[in-house]
Amino acid sequence: MRSKMVRAALCFLVWLGLTYPPHWESAVVGLAASVFVAALTGSMFIQRPHLLGHPGRYFWFLIYVLVVVWECFKANIEVAFLVAHPKVPIRPGIVKVKTSLRSDTGLTVLANSITLTPGTLTVDVDRENGVLFVHWIKVASGDIEKATQAIVARFERILLKIFE
Amino acid sequence: MAETAGIVFIVMGLFFDLFGCLGLVRLPDIYNRLQAATKCVTFGTCSIMFGVFLMKGFNATGFKALLIILFLVLTSPVAAHALARAAHISGVKLWRGSVIDRYEEDKGKKE
Repeated sequence: MRSKMVRAALCFLVWLGLTYPPHWESAVVGLAASVFVAALTGSMFIQRPHLLGHPGRYFWFLIYVLVVVWECFKANIEVAFLVAHPKVPIRPGIVKVKTSLRSDTGLTVLANSITLTPGTLTVDVDRENGVLFVHWIKVASGDIEKATQAIVARFERILLKIFE
Repeated sequence: MAETAGIVFIVMGLFFDLFGCLGLVRLPDIYNRLQAATKCVTFGTCSIMFGVFLMKGFNATGFKALLIILFLVLTSPVAAHALARAAHISGVKLWRGSVIDRYEEDKGKKE
């Protein structure tokens, strides 16, 4: 029940953003639509609603967003340099990295952040063993430990605080 | 002030978009091209949208720009992931200059 309410609220917020100067007619329609959608989808998306009540997690999420934007910016410049270089000095390959995250949301966010950081792209996730296969445009080391250190470690520490 | 900051963000976004497209042409195989096409372009477009938000402020246009950023960040990596995985499973080989392919090794073990 609680997860349905949270999702209805989220849908309603997006609706309010889309129809911004708020008006009561569109708000009523939006409310009906978001309750309808929330009722239909059951508890598909939010499986652990009790976690939403911890304020500390929101704080770490904010820090996480800043870290990702900064990493993205740095890596974008690196890739721009690789592409603009006359010889295109790349060393692509698929490496294997380990993660200690287990929850669905945590793994999804980790995989998406790795993909959003240019230079690395998640190809597949093996949830049972906690292994991610990552395509890396400039492989520094094929070793599991070293690749984990280079790709996953910077995000994982914060994600453990948010999603586990 | 907000106007100037908005223009700075838009120019930065255009710069990253340009390099994303350049990468799409210059890099060798599908995986490398996905890197350029999805990431530089996502970041560049988000930057342009943020610039639009700064210039327009909190009104109908500004809010829509923010929502575009949110959904772009949510959907673009998922699309890249799906394309890369589908390409690998249907047997697209990595570029000949690639150094390592752990995914192929693991697939071999399972069969």
